[in-house]
Parts: sequence; structure tokens; C-alpha cells
Amino acid sequence: MAKQFMKGNDAIIVGALAAGCRAYYGYPITPASEIAHAAALHFPALDGVFIQAESEVAAINMVYGTAGMGIRTMTASSSPGFSLKQEGLSYCAGAELPMVVVNIDRGGPGLGNIAPEQADYFQVTKGGGHGNYRLITLAPNGAQEMCDLTMKAFDLADRYRNPACIMADGITGQMMEVVEIPEAIPVPYDHTAWAVDGTPATNKNLISSIVLEPEKLEAHNLKLDAKYREISEREIMWEEYCTEDADLIVVAYGVVSRIVYSTVDQARAEGMKVGLLRPITLWPFPSPAIAAHAARDVRFLAVELSTGQMVEDVRLAVNGKAPVDFYGRCGGMVPEGAELLEQYRKVMEGVVSS
Amino acid sequence: MKVYEKSPSFYEVFERKSGPAKEATHYCPGCGHGNVHKMIAEALEDMNLTPRTVFVSPVGCSVFAYYYFDCGNTQAAHGRAPAVATGVKRANPNSIVISYQGDGDLAAIGTAETIHAANRGENITVFFINNAIYGMTGGQMAPTTLIGQRSATTPRGRIEHVHGNPIRVCEMLATLPAPTYIERVAVGNSKHVMKMRKAIRKALKIQSEGRGYSFVEILSPCPTGWKMDPTVSRDWMVDEMTKVFPLGVFKDESENVDEGTWDRVYKPFDTGQVNEYLDRLKTSMTEGEPIVLKENLHCKFAGFGGQGILTLGLFLSQIGMRAGQQVSWFPAYGPEMRGGTANCSVNLSNARIGSPLVDKPNVLVVMNQPSLDAFEHAVPDGGLIIADSTIVASQPDSKRLRVVMIPASKIADEVGTPKIANVVVLGALAAATGAFSPEYCMETLRSVIKKKNLIEMNMEAFRRGYDFVKNQ
Repeated sequence: MAKQFMKGNDAIIVGALAAGCRAYYGYPITPASEIAHAAALHFPALDGVFIQAESEVAAINMVYGTAGMGIRTMTASSSPGFSLKQEGLSYCAGAELPMVVVNIDRGGPGLGNIAPEQADYFQVTKGGGHGNYRLITLAPNGAQEMCDLTMKAFDLADRYRNPACIMADGITGQMMEVVEIPEAIPVPYDHTAWAVDGTPATNKNLISSIVLEPEKLEAHNLKLDAKYREISEREIMWEEYCTEDADLIVVAYGVVSRIVYSTVDQARAEGMKVGLLRPITLWPFPSPAIAAHAARDVRFLAVELSTGQMVEDVRLAVNGKAPVDFYGRCGGMVPEGAELLEQYRKVMEGVVSS
Repeated sequence: MKVYEKSPSFYEVFERKSGPAKEATHYCPGCGHGNVHKMIAEALEDMNLTPRTVFVSPVGCSVFAYYYFDCGNTQAAHGRAPAVATGVKRANPNSIVISYQGDGDLAAIGTAETIHAANRGENITVFFINNAIYGMTGGQMAPTTLIGQRSATTPRGRIEHVHGNPIRVCEMLATLPAPTYIERVAVGNSKHVMKMRKAIRKALKIQSEGRGYSFVEILSPCPTGWKMDPTVSRDWMVDEMTKVFPLGVFKDESENVDEGTWDRVYKPFDTGQVNEYLDRLKTSMTEGEPIVLKENLHCKFAGFGGQGILTLGLFLSQIGMRAGQQVSWFPAYGPEMRGGTANCSVNLSNARIGSPLVDKPNVLVVMNQPSLDAFEHAVPDGGLIIADSTIVASQPDSKRLRVVMIPASKIADEVGTPKIANVVVLGALAAATGAFSPEYCMETLRSVIKKKNLIEMNMEAFRRGYDFVKNQ
């Protein structure tokens, strides 16, 4: 069988290897450590690089070094560690370096706990570091997608020369599912026009994010902005289930989308026309799809493992044309199906929950 | 006749520099950076290293080193140059990587990166310009500012009990086993400069021969930051700074380290190599007939840590996987952890699985009393509970639920080891659910159990559990 039963965290590394990632730099943190464990096992076996860095800060800067050579590279962490990488990510976006960064979101703020949360949504999708930049953000909800979307993230990162992020909750990282092992294919991008890899062919290139003169830095920002607009137009991914005739569209990603999915049929059996709209890319956000539904008589309910972050993007997409409610659990608490069904009833009856 | 000219390792015209003066540097009169840049450029040229050199510029006055060096250039965040240099060198061990840093960058904000790159013995060269001041930001205290020295942030002079002492980086790094070569030199008189020239060349030679980490600290004047005349500042550096930062070699293992010792292995992406490797990650499981479940299984397995609860869930998952079903396994994690007990949720389904969490298990396996107490109420009416009656004392509600009480630990003991009680329970589960034939389960176990000498014992345990239920 071309399959294996594996953890989501392990599947990320399988996807990375198949995508041609050659160097992993990371720092241990629960619940993301299995990613580093798998990288430590596999990268050296394939004559690639694995370094357990002295800090999250060093790890993202090692990634900066390798990414600047046009070589596929990555790092992974969980919320507090991901916060530490923000400076580096700003530099990487500024210098237009392709790479994949993974955030297995855990409970915060501060040290919080190791349980699943989705409260890093703002940090990841709005640019947690300084300056005008975006992270292309993919949100898998199962082990196969941890693998496949990691491959996709490497492709997007190269295509747009921008960091791409895998944002998953602790459950999606820890859960095991059947994963179809992918096939490695050659990287279809040529980096010689911009990278600096220690060969004469690339010596005239420069990897830098410093642009001293204001008019030139503005031009650089506008160039980045144009790129982000192009990504917003072309790279949105989302999934819908039973939304066509839905009176209530539940918007959820990651593990929450799985829980919502398992309630839709039951809700319909009870006579509630519920559908699921699941963003797969968190940035760019599937605003057009949401806006299209908002044009008809429908309500929205955003469900998150947070006190309300993605719901702001849902409201922006809906733009006042339909009611948007929110239900969230946080601190590591995860809603049960019955709890969500109760929320659907309340929302359908017009009892606004937030 | 020797013609003195600008090293070809410098750009002829500094096009990257803004403003009209494209042939002058941005450094102040009397600054030491220019001398050091020149020595490095000449060394790179003479040693024919320029084509494969990546020069990592730091944050500080030398942030613009890439204006000048006609080699590969990467600009790093403040203090991170050794980490960036590591990322470059490891992914191209044939490159020559220079991490050029000032005192604030190297010994304050980037202390961790400095120490750890040295400690890993990265085969790079660090040039450390120590001028005892922050130049670029306007003359603030550096980690190497002398006691009594005035700066923008030590207007009354550096005071030991307030600001700490100047850090001696060479001395500190020399305590580490990995670095090959550590020397402190100065941009002082011509004798000093000749020593500096020699040290720069030696450091680069060590790197180019794969002999490991080389570190050259260079005391350098900053007339602007020190608010001194250039000639006075050079004298002050030689007279005062060398008292705190004595010149000399602090470590030199270059004669004792073989060529290539610190070269790391790196190969570019090779799809053939990776695919061959990925093949080995695929399951060892044999192909099996697809099986359609009569009823999807939403299982909770719970017991003490060490009873093989998670493995039990894993075995069932793999049987489901072989049967072509949708499968998820999720271990006790975060809030599900309850006082030293282990549990996992397993779904086996004919269709796509929603939540991987099991709130209402239609199969509950409990191998201790607290687990029964915690989860019995969650099992819907008509659900199945399998309990290890060797350990679980109370009887679940058999009016509401299907109950199998099996002395799994006792049976396992008879088979050979109490550790195998989980497989006894798996046999009971197969029989009680009727989801899989014993042969199907046993063949799956055979192909996934790694310790081949334990296979027969596992088969026996499974069979005993299966028969126990069938014979009831």
C-alpha cells in the first residue's frame, strides 16, 4: 500500500520531503515537536540539513539564510515560539524569500497551555511582524492535508517569493489518519535571477530588506502590495458542504470545520438547513464566496477556538448584508457536536450569541 | 614594479550606494571599517575565493557592506548574521561565508547566535569589529564600552555596578571546544595592521580548507562615536582598549584539525533518492479485502498509562485502514488528559469522518475503574462497553448497554505477559462488534507488529479474547 497511518505533524515532513525541502531549522515546543522529530530523522538521511537551533529567532534566520539561496527550507513551531519568529518573518517577506513556516496553534496568551486553539489567527493572517506584508496561510484539517497543503505551500511560496504558513490547531497536529504518500517531483522554479547561493552565477544578486530612500521603499511596498493583490485574486481555497439551500452557513476551519461537518446532517435531520463553508486559505480569505452567499437570505455563524478573530473577516466579507453570529471556545476547550447544534438552534431563532 | 590599486573583489563603482558619491564609501573619516574591508577584499582576491563567497552584512555601520564587495551578499537582521551564515553554509558547504559584525550586533542582541554558531563549529568566518560604541544609532553604550567611557546612554561614563563590564568575546569563545581559531587584532599602527592582515587570511584559509570555525576580533577606532579626532582616536584605541582587550591568539587548533574535518554533507534535491526513501515510509501492511462496516465505529479506549491503550487504538485503526475504511486516531491531549489515565478516540467509518473527537462512543473499552466512571455515561443506549474485569470492579449498566466483562489481564498473564491484555481486548472487540473476522485482524497484526518474535504470542492473545466472547 502506498499509504501510512500517521500523525498530522509527521505528514507535514513527508509533504516537505516530497516537495524538495532540503533544510529544516527548529526549536522544540509542544504540540509541534513531532515535526522536528521527523525532520531530525529524515533530513540527514537524505543528505539534507537539520539543525536544532538555539532559539526560535535563530531558527527563522537560518531559514532566511537557506531561503536566500533559492533552496526550499522550513521551520515549525507553536504559538509562543511562533510569536518569536515574527521579526524574522518580516525580514523574509521584505526580502521576498520563499519558505514554509508552520504554526501548530496552542492555548495563549503568554505561556497559556499546550491544548488546541485558533487564537493566532490575527497574528498569522494580519502580519504579526512589522511592516506591510502578508503570509500566505493554509489551514489543513486532517493528516492528508497536512502533507498535501505543505507541498502546496512550498509551491505558492516559490511562485510568489513570499513565506507561506501552515496554520493548524494542536488536534490536527496530534491526530493520526491514513496518508497517501506523495511522489517527489522536481521543483519547477529557477532561482538564479534573484538568489545568492555562493556560486558566481548569482554573485550580482542581493538578499536584503533594507531600502534607504523613502521613494524606493514606497515603490518596494507597492510592488509587494501588487503581489498580494494577485495572490488574493488567484489563490483562494475553500470548501463548502450543503450551503446551496442553507439558511445558516457555519464558517469554520481546521479541526472545528470537522466538528461542524459532523453536525450538518444531524441539524438537517432536525429541520435546520445548515451548511458549512470552510476556508482552506485563511489568507487570502474566501471573502468572495462568503459575499456571494450573503446576497441571499441567509445567516452566518463563525465558530472558532478563539474569542472571535476570523469572524471579523467574515463580517468584512458579508459587509452588513446578512447577520453574522459568533461562537467560540478557547483555552483548549473544544466544542462538542451537541453544543454546536444548540448554537444553531439559538441562531436560527434569532437569539444572537455575540 | 608593484601597482597599488583597489582590489577587484570590490566593485569599481558603488552603484548600490545612494547619492552622487559613487566611488567613496559611506564610512566616516578615520573609521576602521575601511581598512578591514580592504584587507578582506584583498585576501578574497589573492586566495581566489570571491566567486564562491557570501558576505553576510549585519545591522550597524557595516549594514551597507554589500555596496562594496563584488561577491554574493546577504543582509541580515540585527544580531542574526551567524544564524543566516549557518543557513547559507549548511546548504552550500562549498561556499565561503563571512559573518561581519559589530559589537552591539555580535555581543549584545546577537549573543546567543554568536555563541551557538561557534559551539556548533560552523565552518564560517566571523569578523568582529569592536569599536566599543554603537556607531550607526548615534554613539550609545556597546557591550564592549570601557568602564568610565562616555556615550549617549552613559553620559556619566560606564559604571560597573550600573551598566556591567565590557565583554571579552574572544576569551569567552575560547572556552568552547569547537572553534578552531580565535584571535584579537587591531586597526592600529602598521605593525598591528600587518598582524590583522595575517589573521584575516588565516581565518579564511581555515574555512576554505574545512578546518572549522574562525573568529577574528578587530579593535577599530570610531572617531565620530568617540567624539575624537581620527589620529587621537587611533592612539586611544591602542593605549586604552588593548588594556581591556589584550591582542593575541586565544585559540588555534588549525594545525591539529585535518582538512575537511568540519565540512558538512549536503546534496541538492534528488527526486529519485527522495522517492526511494518515501517508499520505505509506506506501511508494511499487506493488501486486504475492502470491508464495509455494518455500523460506523466511534470508539473510546481508556485505562492507565502503560496498559497499551494507545496501541490498542492504533491496531484497530490499522485494521480499518487495511479494510479501506476512513480512520482517525486521536490521543488524550490537553483537556482530555485526566489524572494519569491514557485514552484515545478512534473512528472507523465507511464515509468521510467529521470530528476526530469521540464524544459519544458506541464502543467504549475501559481497562481501569476511573475510566469506566469517567466515560460510561457518554455511551449512548445500546452501545458496547468492554471492560477488563481483572481490574474493573464495578459492573456497567447492562440494561442500557451491551456489556462484555473479560478478565483480559488474567488471560494475558496466562498467554505469557500482562502487557498483552490490550490484544486480548482487541480480540473481544472484534467478536463483540462482528466488524472483522479474527483471521482478517490477525493477518493485519502480523504485518504491522515490528517485533517478529512476539507475533505468535499476540496471535494467541487475540484468539483467546475472541473465543472468550464467542463462547459466552
